[in-house]
Amino acid sequence: MKAVGVAAVLSLSAPALAGWEPTKPVEIVVAAGAGGASDQMARMMQAAIQKNNLMKQPIVVSLKGGASGAEALMYMKSSEGDPNKVLIAYSLIYMLPLSAKIPFNWRELTPVSVIALDQFVLWDNSAGPKTVKEFVAAAKAASAPFKMGGTGSKREDHVLTVFLEQKTGAKFSYLPYKSGGEAATQLVGNHTESNVNNPSENLEVWRAGQVRPLCVFDKERISYTSKVTETQSWADIPTCKEEGVDVQYLMLRAMFLPGKVTAEQQAFYVELFHKVTQTAEYKDYMEKQALKPIFLTGKDMVQFLEEDDAVNKALMTEAGFVAK
Amino acid sequence: MEAFGLLLHGFAVLLTWKTLALMMVGLVLGIFVGVLPGLGGPNGVAILLPLTFTMDPTSAIVMLSCIYWGALFGGAITSILFNIPGEAWSVATTFDGYPMAQQGRAAEALTAAFTSSFIGSLVAVLLITFLAPMISSFALKFGPPEFFAVYLLTFCSFVGLGREAKHKTVISMSLGLLLAGIGMDTVSGNLRMTFGSSELLRGINFLVAVIGLFGISEILLTMEERLALRGHAASISLRVVLSVWKDLPKYWVTLLRSSFIGCWLGITPGGAIAASFMGYNLAKRFSKDPESFGKGRIEGVFAPETAAHASGTAALLPMLALGIPGSGTAAILLGGLMVWGLNPGPLLFVEHKDFVWGLIASMYLGNVVGLVLVLTTVPIFASILRVPFAAVAPMIVVSCAIGAYAIQNAMFDIWLMLGFGVVGYVFKKIGIPLAPFTLALVLGNRAEDAFRLSMIGAGGDLKVFWSNGLVGSITTLAIVLLFWPVIDGLLARVGLTRTPRPRRSN
Repeated sequence: MKAVGVAAVLSLSAPALAGWEPTKPVEIVVAAGAGGASDQMARMMQAAIQKNNLMKQPIVVSLKGGASGAEALMYMKSSEGDPNKVLIAYSLIYMLPLSAKIPFNWRELTPVSVIALDQFVLWDNSAGPKTVKEFVAAAKAASAPFKMGGTGSKREDHVLTVFLEQKTGAKFSYLPYKSGGEAATQLVGNHTESNVNNPSENLEVWRAGQVRPLCVFDKERISYTSKVTETQSWADIPTCKEEGVDVQYLMLRAMFLPGKVTAEQQAFYVELFHKVTQTAEYKDYMEKQALKPIFLTGKDMVQFLEEDDAVNKALMTEAGFVAK
Repeated sequence: MEAFGLLLHGFAVLLTWKTLALMMVGLVLGIFVGVLPGLGGPNGVAILLPLTFTMDPTSAIVMLSCIYWGALFGGAITSILFNIPGEAWSVATTFDGYPMAQQGRAAEALTAAFTSSFIGSLVAVLLITFLAPMISSFALKFGPPEFFAVYLLTFCSFVGLGREAKHKTVISMSLGLLLAGIGMDTVSGNLRMTFGSSELLRGINFLVAVIGLFGISEILLTMEERLALRGHAASISLRVVLSVWKDLPKYWVTLLRSSFIGCWLGITPGGAIAASFMGYNLAKRFSKDPESFGKGRIEGVFAPETAAHASGTAALLPMLALGIPGSGTAAILLGGLMVWGLNPGPLLFVEHKDFVWGLIASMYLGNVVGLVLVLTTVPIFASILRVPFAAVAPMIVVSCAIGAYAIQNAMFDIWLMLGFGVVGYVFKKIGIPLAPFTLALVLGNRAEDAFRLSMIGAGGDLKVFWSNGLVGSITTLAIVLLFWPVIDGLLARVGLTRTPRPRRSN
């Protein structure tokens, strides 16, 4: 189904390509800090586009992580009609307007494509409990606050923590850090007991044997079977459901243009990012960071976004994070 | 000794004509971006990052880190000549550097700044070379309470050791803390004091404030006083360099102390800015003649510059070993590493020896080459002061505006900069010190987050700040420094210090 959709869009866009291409350097707008997952992905795409000559104009990464990423959203909103800015978006496009009442709606932007889905994993220190069951028992037995680190407040990590509490009956003290990298080192240094980082954020400390993955918040295991550490691959991590904790969450990684750009301009970027997903850099990155490859565009993408928005809104409401 | 062998190997990787040429290009580019206030290291490296995509990782990082060194050296130039700090950690350099330039000793101040930068970085590189594995495990000991204790120490040392009247320091600091609260609050996820404005969402950028507070206000003052930049008599010759070097051994305690503070705070992620202030304050504290600081004392340039560069260099260690960037520029370098498929983390030192040791070797070479380069050009830079004020002032204002705009590509920031210019002017007129204000603006948020995270983690128990030896001793030291004038007075009364200081009326 999806493949058909992609092919249809591509065949439509092919003649339009001759009509428009960027005349100025293109900016990839990152709604997060330096070194975070969005930044890494933007740099990967920058390198993929430049090394494979996918575009004549240079491409630059511009970090707009101020106000937990709200800066990037407002920047895109105010750039209406400017086809030289692409946002690399994630779940904050649904959550930030709800929790902080930012006057932003993703429907005002022009969707280009969904390029990946990111996983979440429950991690603890390698000196900590070895299974989900032991972990939950330890959390319940703890007399001092049992600390869960994460990125930002009232966002995906925080939501996951709330649902983990609901399903297990354990109580966590959620510590909001500025980035996933910080959450990772704080776990290694034993300042928190656990975190729910994306695979990419904990990859290096996992390889160094400093943290342990307990379970992945998805309905199926991660598909990559090549060894990451000496003994384990991503596919060896059980799902949380297998371990008796039925919490699932996947996060989109999607590209948007500002509102009011022309159909030719939109088509150019659909084609560009489709080409990016064919490059060795992209494939390599997907596997290394344990992302789910996906390519959605056009109607499929909008439908996906609407459904995803509804899911996130429901989660945020249930967690009590929607500002009144 | 293994480290020494690896380092030699690193030099072997570097010593090719191509790499050396890239190094020179990087340094020259860096000095140019460094001289433009606001453009500085992070932006310079970010702009030039894509240039390096086609190079191999080692050449690329050598070039980028040389841009970084160049920008650091360049930043000192504007601090001293125009009272405009290019980077957060150059602020303390202006305290004595600028008065020296006004007295016609610009060349001397510049030489002192460059030399101490060199010494500071050299000590830090030595540290990285021989103690890297041990130090990265030390950095892991820092959780929220430890971070808060370090910030508290910085704030307290300012109040306790500052030259200005205590109440004025506290007023200035509180105003800075207030402004630091604008924008998104990470801990609660809510917006504060943005009043519905989307421009205020991202908060007040520290560099925009600094450019206005120091640069623009200085222009306003100079205009009012109808004075030309007082640099006409600047004696400019390479002999100045040698005479400054001859005096260098006299200041070995200051240099050593500042290097130590710099290294210590540099490996604490985010501590680099605090280092220069602390280096300056301690030099003043232990000086026989603290009153002469702030009036153009060469030690007042040595102390903060050594500390700043030791910490700036040491900040690369947590980036490489833990993946946490200690400064803005380190963050951009981190992004670069990932493009080349090098993931900073505990295994980088094991899996990419060539790269890591090539980089460390480039720190040695880049520093030496950079020092020679800037020293030979001191006369050129110092002679900028001979240009009439009427010609220089508009150029400074324009370059300030470009710098403020470039940080976030926002027109709003230029208005903000001008606003801070007026604030700075008023503060100088009524004698409120600017440094505590800027310090609070840059560290306020982090201190607040660290405090609140400590409280969440400890269930609201303040005892967490004495929960282990590390955090306990830092917190205690902070409180001692805060009440230092009182303690010092008491000690003098019971006759424990040899020379009781006369109480200053202010």
